[in-house]
Amino acid sequence: MTKSYSRRTRLWLSVAAFSSVGALLAGCTGAGAGGSGTGGSDGPVTLTLATVNNPQMKDMEELKGTFEADHPDIKVNFIQMEENDLRDAVTKDVATQGGQYDIVTVGSYEVPIWGQNNWLVDLKPLLADDADYDVEDILPPVKDALTVDDSLYAVPFYGESSFLMYNKEILDAAGVTISDHPTWQEVADAARAVDNGDIVGICLRGKPGWGELFAPLTTVVQTFGGNWFDEDWNATVDSPEFTEAVQFYTDLVKDAGESDPVSTGFTECLNLFTQGKAAFWYDATSAAGSVESPDLSGVAGKVGYVHAPVVKTEESGWLWAWNLAIPNTSQKQEAALEFVKWATSKEYIELVGNELGWSRVPPGSRTSTYEIPEYQEAAGAFAGITKDIMLAVNPKQPGVNPQPWVGVQYVTIPEFQDLGNQTSQFIAEVFAGRSDVPSALAKGQALAEKAGSAQK
Amino acid sequence: MTTMVVKPARTRVRKKLVLTAREKKGLRLSRALVWPALIVSIVLTQIPFLVTIYYSFQEWNLLRPGSRGFAGLDNYVTVITNGAFTQSLGATVLITGSSVLLSVIIGLLLAVLLDRKFMGQGLARTLLITPFLMMPAAAALVWKWAMLDSNVGMVNWGLSLVGIDPVQWNTDYPALTIIMVLTWQYAPFMMLILLAGLQSQSGEILEAAAVDGAGPIRTFITMTLPHLRQYIELSVLLGAIMLLQVFDPIAIMTRGTGGTKTLSYLLYERAFVGLEIGEAAAYGVLTVLVTIIVATIALRLLFKIFKSEGAR
Repeated sequence: MTKSYSRRTRLWLSVAAFSSVGALLAGCTGAGAGGSGTGGSDGPVTLTLATVNNPQMKDMEELKGTFEADHPDIKVNFIQMEENDLRDAVTKDVATQGGQYDIVTVGSYEVPIWGQNNWLVDLKPLLADDADYDVEDILPPVKDALTVDDSLYAVPFYGESSFLMYNKEILDAAGVTISDHPTWQEVADAARAVDNGDIVGICLRGKPGWGELFAPLTTVVQTFGGNWFDEDWNATVDSPEFTEAVQFYTDLVKDAGESDPVSTGFTECLNLFTQGKAAFWYDATSAAGSVESPDLSGVAGKVGYVHAPVVKTEESGWLWAWNLAIPNTSQKQEAALEFVKWATSKEYIELVGNELGWSRVPPGSRTSTYEIPEYQEAAGAFAGITKDIMLAVNPKQPGVNPQPWVGVQYVTIPEFQDLGNQTSQFIAEVFAGRSDVPSALAKGQALAEKAGSAQK
Repeated sequence: MTTMVVKPARTRVRKKLVLTAREKKGLRLSRALVWPALIVSIVLTQIPFLVTIYYSFQEWNLLRPGSRGFAGLDNYVTVITNGAFTQSLGATVLITGSSVLLSVIIGLLLAVLLDRKFMGQGLARTLLITPFLMMPAAAALVWKWAMLDSNVGMVNWGLSLVGIDPVQWNTDYPALTIIMVLTWQYAPFMMLILLAGLQSQSGEILEAAAVDGAGPIRTFITMTLPHLRQYIELSVLLGAIMLLQVFDPIAIMTRGTGGTKTLSYLLYERAFVGLEIGEAAAYGVLTVLVTIIVATIALRLLFKIFKSEGAR
């Protein structure tokens, strides 16, 4: 206690104090940078794969041992995230050149944007000379959606379109029939006819979000002849066609749709439909797997599938795929390419079928999948129509008029997430009766004009 | 008696004025020891804020790496002119204010009920506190699916028993829905603080009031409420701070529709849906400023009311 500290001791104390802070900070940067530096040329290469936590991706992780057994020098480390988290994490990493991931799962909306930013490796020259991989086997509309200026920036792991599902029992009981290529007017009349206190006529997504409400609604707008932008990036959100389509959609939901539309997205509709409480449901083709599964669904085997309803176009399904891509910042692109090829190959589809069951095969990526007899048997109720629709949609011009981007239910510009999200919130006010369609779309038009002028 | 009071005061004064060399050195050492902690807290709190201010002057959309640059005050002009900020501020004040108010009132009622001996008191207290212990996201999911769902929800089922048509909670009454969930979750927290206040009140005073002929209501208003003033202030302050940051029920239930786009949800949308880093940072800076101003004024006003009531 009597010890008195000299000037030197005090200096040392401060130095010690500061250096401990320094060490702490160094520790922080070390932890942050750890992902990229490891794994040199000698020893096994460890690939980091960031992916959405959908069932098909979980299957891929389950089967990665087969790949690692064939490639003893490559290990694959999966990081699974919820869709929105993945979008945030991967966008941040790729945009800031973080280099944390060697393979990323990218939605078809982002692939062209990221490709144009030169963030992704062009896979076209790398896959072209591999006859076994057979790049021509990839469903052409999906390949179109992933191609920018003749460069293929990602390959599909699985894809989907949209179609109309109906509960056969409800329709039979009401004496209502529906054609194989229905029009929206026909569907609306049928839905209004079967709608009563216990049964919802048609379940249509109403939950705000560009990927929720606007996935089906954009396809409706396009078949009514409207679109977000015209050929020269002029916003056309307040056009008569767009207005008519949104008016039709919101009226149909109010008259014959689910109650509480703002709460209702894909999952809620799936619940309603599989409980046998909805007569029609217009949504993703990938829903059919759950609808036909006796464990998850009370209506398995009682559901009919027809093409997406149309008005002025021939076909109106959307087009979405989860794809594998390699960021330019990856230090292990060669090994990454090996894995990407394996996971999107014909052999992988065979492997899933044999190991995990044919109903779990990732759909909508390759034409050859639909020619496998075992798959046709397992997914007979919806496999044929899914393939027909996926081959029929035209992502280059899904609507009546030409558009300056490739894609169906989205616009491949960075501002679209925001535009779609906010406009869908304005439309939610229409469901609640706090606003009407023209004034909601007028606000959307103002946002779209701003987004469009950035493209000109 | 008086000398005893003065004496320690005198020594305290002497100690303050004259420090021995040893004491000075000891003080220096303790100051030196505080530095690391202080530096860490500055690094962790002030540098992110300064970086946020820097970003708020940048034009930076994550998906447009080519067009990043200095934007001057553009972001602030956008934020102030597009109207979303003031709307969102209104929504925040409405949702936070009414949830805090309702939580305090309900919490007070529950606290008064719990502040008496009865069989199973401990069990009742534990059950009542449970909503506050639940994770906000889990609570929002429970409300969305089990309580308010129009298809299988218990609330609409209960309403149907008395012949009321199902209510479209999230579509028709989004703000009310959020306030309901928040009140359910935060009333137990208020209850805990106020219960502590009630139990610190001396029984003798209440007894004396009863002897003087005051009824239970009069005792509560004139004796208990003034005693609880500090506790109410504390619970309002803590509740307001916690509820200003509320995000989960809005993201899960209403998605910012119908006047539920609070500042924290708006910020999330700008940064993670819009990917406009600069604009989101500007919103963040303004949010901090406005929150400080509003909180200071509101709290002063509130405390004044309580103080004058206590003096009456």
